[in-house]
Amino acid sequence: MDPKISVHITGTGRAVPDRILTNQDLEKMVDTTDEWITTRSGIKRRHIIGPGQSNSDFVAQACRNALAMAQVDAADVDFLLVGTITGDLIFPSTACLVQEKIGARNAAAWDLSAACSGWLYGVKTATALLKTGMGKRALVVGSEMLSTITDWTDRSTCVLFGDGSGATLLEAREDSPGGVLATYARTDGGLAELLHIPKGGSRYPVTPEVLAERSNKVQMKGNEVFKHAVRNMESAAREVLAQAGLGTGDVTLLIPHQANIRIIKAIASRLEIEMDRVYVNLQEYGNTSAASIPIALDEARRAGRVREGDRVLMAAFGGGLTWGAALVQF
Amino acid sequence: MASIEERVHQIIEKELGVNPEQITPEASFIEDLGADSLDTVELVMAFEEEFGMEISDEDAEKLTTVQGVVDYLKANAE
Ligand SMILES: CC(C)(COP(=O)(O)OP(=O)(O)OC[C@H]1O[C@@H](n2cnc3c(N)ncnc32)[C@H](O)[C@@H]1OP(=O)(O)O)[C@@H](O)C(=O)NCCC(=O)NCCS
Repeated sequence: MDPKISVHITGTGRAVPDRILTNQDLEKMVDTTDEWITTRSGIKRRHIIGPGQSNSDFVAQACRNALAMAQVDAADVDFLLVGTITGDLIFPSTACLVQEKIGARNAAAWDLSAACSGWLYGVKTATALLKTGMGKRALVVGSEMLSTITDWTDRSTCVLFGDGSGATLLEAREDSPGGVLATYARTDGGLAELLHIPKGGSRYPVTPEVLAERSNKVQMKGNEVFKHAVRNMESAAREVLAQAGLGTGDVTLLIPHQANIRIIKAIASRLEIEMDRVYVNLQEYGNTSAASIPIALDEARRAGRVREGDRVLMAAFGGGLTWGAALVQF
Repeated sequence: MASIEERVHQIIEKELGVNPEQITPEASFIEDLGADSLDTVELVMAFEEEFGMEISDEDAEKLTTVQGVVDYLKANAE
């Protein structure tokens, strides 16, 4: 680690499908109501991919937008990390497909599997790589087409998820204050079964029975997940603040994983951060897993809610269990 | 140290934003105190944190009234 090197988020971008699924649409698909979905989750709409579209198309567009903001050429990117659990193919990785699509011909590209924490784990990984001096620029993406792994007959999960991509460009700078001030990531594999896809992998390959019982789709113990999400994102947020020697009063904007407004409000209240310093866009996208924080960050930057010098606290949580936080000064 | 009843009442007041008079022993969180199912999850989290214990989902489902919680904590806390 070179203490002179700091890592900055110099570009952000997003891309989401045009096709929208509203709560009213869901009322026709499962036994639910707009009122239930709104009060229990805050979600109103979600964007869903259509036929012929793929995860890598959206990742490529989000990356191009991030590179354009930072005015960096794709050929100057050293690492391309895509946090996803819904890649185009089993292999090669979505990152490889995107590397070709955007012309990042000098980059090493790979996917990172940490469910909803994928982007945050990517930021931690890329920050460490760039601080060693092994490269200067990394595209870190969170992208998910959760609609493809959702059980559309399970009303307790299908109302929550959506599709989208968010990209960030991280650049190493010398003698430049700010940037990624602290990161934190943790895992609890003992709780894997709270949020998972039980079958369809190499342990239990897809069979007609698996398809019939839909065990190749997401299953979740919602209330257990809720508790862990609140507690773990709160503790991760406190951890990065402590590492940086800062308090919640020093945070300009909190961007929590956009899973559920009730989780977000509980975290904000525990951290004593008023809701006007919390970014919320889940009403529009639902839970887009690894994409949720980078999509929100891009919206916030383009809307002028993150300016130079501002400190943004981001906290992620997902299946694994995985969770973490990052504190970044822009 | 406040009694278990007092601590439980304080948590309910704060979490559900209700008046102390509403918190009668037989009051049901959902029927009488305006909680929805996620409020009850948060309420259980608050009890877990106050009493330094874990309440399983199975047990939590049975904790529907103020008295139910007090009895459960008297039997299981500490
Ligand atoms: C999923 C979640 C919204 C469920 O909330 P909840 O209200 O506590 O749900 P419960 O499972 O206790 O169900 C309460 C009732 O609502 C019903 N219900 C569930 N989904 C419903 C829906 N879409 N519409 C209408 N009713 C629904 C249940 O069947 C249950 O009915 P019952 O009491 O008659 O059996 C909540 O647990 C949650 O958001 N958890 C976190 C999930 C998350 O964000 N995961 C991703 C993290 S990365």
